[in-house]
Amino acid sequence: MSALLSIRGLSVAYGQIEALKNASLEVGQGEVVAILGANGAGKTTLMRAISGLAPKRAGSIHWEGREITRLAADKIVRLGIAQAPEGRRVFGTLTVAENLELGGYTRPAREVRAGLEEVYRLFPRLAERRRQLAGTLSGGEQQMLAIGRALLARPRLLLLDEPSLGLAPLIVQGIFANLKEIAAGGITILLVEQNARAALRLADRGYVLEVGRVVMSDSAAALLASPEIRDAYLGRGAGARG
Amino acid sequence: MGTFIQQLINGLTVGGVYALIALGYTMVYGVLRLINFAHGDLCILGAFIGLTVLTGGLGGGHPGAALLALAFIAAIIAIAIAGVLLEIIAYRPLRRADRLAAVVSALGASMLIENGIMLIWGPDVHVFPPDLLPKTSWRVAGAAISFTQLMIILISCALMAALYGFVNHTRFGTAIRAAAIDQDAARLMGINVNRVIGSVFVIGPALGAVGGLFIGVYYREAYFTMGWTYGLSAFIAAILGGIGNIPGAMLGGVLLGLFNAFAAGYVSSSWQDAITFLLLIAILILRPTGLLGERVAEKV
Ligand SMILES: Nc1ncnc2c1ncn2[C@@H]1O[C@H](COP(=O)(O)OP(=O)(O)OP(=O)(O)O)[C@@H](O)[C@H]1O
Ligand SMILES: [Mg+2]
Repeated sequence: MSALLSIRGLSVAYGQIEALKNASLEVGQGEVVAILGANGAGKTTLMRAISGLAPKRAGSIHWEGREITRLAADKIVRLGIAQAPEGRRVFGTLTVAENLELGGYTRPAREVRAGLEEVYRLFPRLAERRRQLAGTLSGGEQQMLAIGRALLARPRLLLLDEPSLGLAPLIVQGIFANLKEIAAGGITILLVEQNARAALRLADRGYVLEVGRVVMSDSAAALLASPEIRDAYLGRGAGARG
Repeated sequence: MGTFIQQLINGLTVGGVYALIALGYTMVYGVLRLINFAHGDLCILGAFIGLTVLTGGLGGGHPGAALLALAFIAAIIAIAIAGVLLEIIAYRPLRRADRLAAVVSALGASMLIENGIMLIWGPDVHVFPPDLLPKTSWRVAGAAISFTQLMIILISCALMAALYGFVNHTRFGTAIRAAAIDQDAARLMGINVNRVIGSVFVIGPALGAVGGLFIGVYYREAYFTMGWTYGLSAFIAAILGGIGNIPGAMLGGVLLGLFNAFAAGYVSSSWQDAITFLLLIAILILRPTGLLGERVAEKV
């Protein structure tokens, strides 16, 4: 497997707190890879590190064989890595359309127009609300907006940090159906989730993070079947988030 | 009726100037959550640079439109460069530091510029040449509007309209608004936030230089502590409108100018500042976020 994204021995610390310790992982072209882990395991830190938002203490990140460890965040987007961050972080006082257009900030205007239509097709609710301020959307709609906004960058790798956070089970199902469609379109996905069952059903492979370390990595099917995973992350029934 | 129209004209003139200067405070606050205390001094530095160009090129005669335009362009360019240097030297190294450190740095930069002006131009009040602008004035509904007033009102409005269009209807303008809301999220869009911050330190001081030179031309004087006097008024205007909010700074500036003028016209000009502060207090009690600040509650 020639890795699209390859992370080796990555450590990230905030002052004294080491949030990520010697973490290594790979994402291949066209894969959906899930990252599981409890609160504070370092999942968001990993995503922020890939996007160039977290300070790295050691280790390296390579994109298509090229080192991007210390590249600025805006340059990383230009390489084809976009993120829908934890908590959605939509621009609340801008309209839905403005949020989406910002997602295409690095792309030529013509491509953004085409991309907007694609996103409106994927999320018809956003099309109806394109003139509405993003801060007035429901949580589920905001998540659609965060994903749509990331898609407008035309990413080859889409980073998703807890897209199911705080959403009702039915909405979560809808979002995962959307993700399946996005993945089928050929976009590689790295997905952080506490909703382990839904994530592993979508994913090809998964990694488990525990207090900043990668403690397990396997195919999604094997992880779903593993008793440790079942006890730690799947214990609370399908769909619902622990 | 005549008094009313006259104060309206006076108020709009001063209000336009306040608004131009207030925009600099509000745009910097928007992206950095920092009060750039040196902004008023930068604006007055613009007035001094403009004055120097005018008197240097004058040779006794009438300045003419070309020289006047040159004075404005020189002030705009010099103050825009000064704004960028200010950000790089005084604020960028402290971006991750304590908020208080940046405030101290801002106050230090203000004093440095103020004293720099005194060092170069001296502590005296400089008088602008009397024949700078045509003495023409027009009568409107029992009041008079001078050429200078009309020029200030029209140019302020044009600059504000241009800024409004830029910020609301261009890609880079939208990026400025996004960076003001959430810098990390803006970075995830591929926005170079450093460039956004740099642009704000170009646009704000450039508009401020025009405002500063307008003050000089209108009151026909410039002195080195003027940055504090007018900076404070413009800062109050920014707070009135809701600091961080661009249309708010425009509205706050015009309202404050009108309020000042009516207070001077109907009460007494010695009560002007007291009435200004009463207005500020009243608005902050009724709307702590200013007139246009944070209209939308953001869901988390
Ligand atoms: N900016 C920060 N400053 C200091 N410590 C931080 C910062 N961000 C994260 N941490 C710490 O790093 C550790 C990992 O945090 P991180 O947000 O990566 O966890 P997570 O796996 O995403 O958790 P969750 O599931 O709750 O989102 C935590 O102990 C957290 O307190
Ligand atoms: Mg997290």
